[in-house]
Amino acid sequence: MLIRFVTLFFLIISAAAPSLAQSDPKPFIDQLADANFKQAEEIIGQIAATGDARVVPALEAFAEGDLYARKADDVVFITKTSGSKLALVDPLTGESAGEAAKGAMTKIKVNNNLRRAIRDALGALTLMSPDRNARLQAANTMLAAPSEDNLELIETALAKETDGEVRARMEEARAVSLLTSGRSIEEKREAIERIRNYGGRDAIGVLRGAYGSVDASLQPDIDKAIGAIESEIALWDMAQNVWYGLSLGSVLLLAAIGLAITFGVMGIINMAHGEMVMLGAYSTFVVQDLIRSSAPQLFDWSLAIALPVAFLVTAAVGLAIERGVIRFLYGRPLETLLATWGISLILQQAIRSIFGPTNQEVGNPSWMSGSFALGGMNVTWNRMWIIIFSLSIFFALLVLMKKSSFGLQMRAVTQNRRMASSMGIRTPWVDAFTFALGSGIAGIAGVALSQIDNVSPNLGQSYIIDSFMVVVFGGVGNLWGTLVGAMSLGVLNKFLEPWAGAVLGKILVLVLIILFIQKRPRGLFALKGRAVEA
Amino acid sequence: MKISAKLGGVLLAAALSTTAFHGAFAQEDTIKIGVLHSLSGTMAISETTLKDAMLMLVEEQNKKGGVLGKQIEAVVVDPASDWPLFAEKARQLISQDKVAAVFGCWTSSSRKSVLPVFEELNSILFYPVQYEGEESSRNIFYTGAAPNQQAIPAVDYLMNTEGVERWVLAGTDYVYPQTTNKILKAYLMSKGVAEDDIMINYTPFGHSDWQTIVTDIKNFGSAGKKTAVVSTINGDANVPFYKELANQGVKAEDIPVVAFSVGEEELAGLDTAPLVGHLAAWNYFQSVDSEANAEFIEQWHAFTGSDKRVTNDPMEAAYIGFNAWVKAVEAAGTTDTDAVLDTIIGVTVPNLSGGYATVMPNHHITKPVLIGEIQADGQFEVVQETPAVVGDEWSDYLPDSKDLIADWRKPMECGNFNVATGKCGGKGS
Repeated sequence: MLIRFVTLFFLIISAAAPSLAQSDPKPFIDQLADANFKQAEEIIGQIAATGDARVVPALEAFAEGDLYARKADDVVFITKTSGSKLALVDPLTGESAGEAAKGAMTKIKVNNNLRRAIRDALGALTLMSPDRNARLQAANTMLAAPSEDNLELIETALAKETDGEVRARMEEARAVSLLTSGRSIEEKREAIERIRNYGGRDAIGVLRGAYGSVDASLQPDIDKAIGAIESEIALWDMAQNVWYGLSLGSVLLLAAIGLAITFGVMGIINMAHGEMVMLGAYSTFVVQDLIRSSAPQLFDWSLAIALPVAFLVTAAVGLAIERGVIRFLYGRPLETLLATWGISLILQQAIRSIFGPTNQEVGNPSWMSGSFALGGMNVTWNRMWIIIFSLSIFFALLVLMKKSSFGLQMRAVTQNRRMASSMGIRTPWVDAFTFALGSGIAGIAGVALSQIDNVSPNLGQSYIIDSFMVVVFGGVGNLWGTLVGAMSLGVLNKFLEPWAGAVLGKILVLVLIILFIQKRPRGLFALKGRAVEA
Repeated sequence: MKISAKLGGVLLAAALSTTAFHGAFAQEDTIKIGVLHSLSGTMAISETTLKDAMLMLVEEQNKKGGVLGKQIEAVVVDPASDWPLFAEKARQLISQDKVAAVFGCWTSSSRKSVLPVFEELNSILFYPVQYEGEESSRNIFYTGAAPNQQAIPAVDYLMNTEGVERWVLAGTDYVYPQTTNKILKAYLMSKGVAEDDIMINYTPFGHSDWQTIVTDIKNFGSAGKKTAVVSTINGDANVPFYKELANQGVKAEDIPVVAFSVGEEELAGLDTAPLVGHLAAWNYFQSVDSEANAEFIEQWHAFTGSDKRVTNDPMEAAYIGFNAWVKAVEAAGTTDTDAVLDTIIGVTVPNLSGGYATVMPNHHITKPVLIGEIQADGQFEVVQETPAVVGDEWSDYLPDSKDLIADWRKPMECGNFNVATGKCGGKGS
């Protein structure tokens, strides 16, 4: 052991002196076998210092935790799990080196510091990679970690770069590195201008950091640039807040839209509404589970497949509830409330008994993961799809209500049951199908909500209060009211949250709604006419 | 007359035995323990697992011959995540079912609710979850971590290893996060962190829209200083929080999040690939490489009939608490509360990470602190392990409690002895 440390020590010393630097990275990689985190960090620096592009796969594997050392001789390999064994690959040549039992290999541990060191090292190594995306990523890494040492490297890469976006990133990376270097004032002034155009909070951080070290004549330029960026950020923050508000509103809309039918149109206080959402989410889980085990290539389609399944399952459950319980309780709101609340408890416990009390994993398909930047705004894909999804459900429902004969019958029964009945409409069946429709839509909402929330037996409970709030605020019996109510509550919430905090913000919203209902007991869009008075 | 009296007696016995049916027959041959975990309601998600773990421990102990030559019998009740119901059920277990000890509770609210019951009826509770400290009762053993066995070592790790200078303390709005954050803030400021570099944020239970807060964290972290998030966010709100972190691209290399309430169980509902490197601080991880742990996991999989079920830190705390109780009862030769309270202090039992846990005079235990990074398979990889630390019930960083200690050995027998005034009493219970 002592000998090992002594050799390690000499290797470190020898690597520190550039004239003695070894060009072959292999011995450094093998040293990782018994290095602790601190030593490993140094070794990564040495590996990167060889400038040998062959080490990129090894470093990437290290960051992923795929680098293992053979216990017998401390030789390091890149590994891949194959069955119960590990397939070994030579870290430099990429040639296969057979297989080994898991017990015969030790994983080379990696932590955040090492991942960061690897990322920085890879940035320098891949800046001239033939792969455009690798270059882009490398430029981004350099942009995030300004350093004078990178400057020449970036400039060499910049001279060869042809891709527009990568070039822009490199220019920016050059600018942030240049600011703290010993270059001329003119060059720095240009760099400040470029950083100012690049904008964002990171840019302010870079400019503030450089403020003390630059020539005094540049300081007014920096002040101006920071001021400009700050006012830009303030605008984008506003836009971002509106976006978050719409996104929260769309979630409220999704949760409430089924209730807008069962409670809004039919007048049933349906406390089991949240559980319909929960059943929809569990349908998604079951569909995904089946897809994972039998047809993994379909995974990106899992949500599309889950939609009709969730609709049918929850609509069937809704139909059973209406036929089995609610139809005996029409006109008795208190009993309906208690009965549906009981049903909600039964459904929760049933799901708990079948699937267990713990959260189930519902995966995000690739097209719903990650985010993209829209100017100074950060838009996550899943939220954007949810907004689109909830609006399309809303309009589909609106068309169904206004244009189809089922919608016509539904409205007729709500407005005047006896008249509708004498016109030959089978009112009990219209009731049953309306309730099933409302439940089915709650189920579809569950498919979308499974993407952003827990899939657990308690999922529904967190949405039931919000749903009632939206429907009552928007005006009972009016779909447009639900849309406007959900969106305005969402935006209001998001504007209160930054300065009041999430807890107080929620309370304030509730207080405002109470005050509003005092003024307008029928909500935003009240139904007018005789039907309401009846 | 005689017949009717006899009949009445039978009826009465039948009526009684409906509530404690199993107890009526086997009174003489078994020793009963109570299991007080919510099997329905919001906390069922966490507590059901502990109920299963307790049943498994009882089964294993019975295979080894039980305790004092008798079989152990677990009486399971469901307090349904309802804090006052916890007190009611505890009373029922102690006075009706005559259990020798109770293993249970999860939230601090439920523990605070049952505490007076255990003190009044003089029974013993083993509490297996990490908590905020600031309490020491004669009748409760805290086998989870106190803040100095979890929160403070985690902050130290981030400060020393990752060089963090700016801190976001994010938590759910209730007693555990509030107290922990108060202690952490005092601790950070004592280490020279400026008040401007600490951001404290609370959210309601079950918060699901994290967009604004994650953006705030990103903005707070772009000030040029290394930033970390210390999360005391409670169970259910974690999944949407981590999903939002992943979607907004907050990477562990840039802004690591260290959590105190996220374990293997909570990660089971998540795709952890985008979260690799975020941290958790516990006293046990399923991935710990020790013989005792391998055996425990194997038993757990056999008991639950599924090799997908994970183990977690509160299960280890339950394991330690149960074994300490068995050992103390064997030493005392009786399950009598006072005798067991006397013998259990100083009892040492193996933990699952290859070391030992000792019950200290302040009714807390010694534990090693493990810092783990989340892996793509939903497990943790230990990146730092400290030697065993003694649980500190009264925090040294809060002005109200820094002079208090607890020592339940005779003759002191005090849960809040003030070393400055030399008197028992002052703050707390």
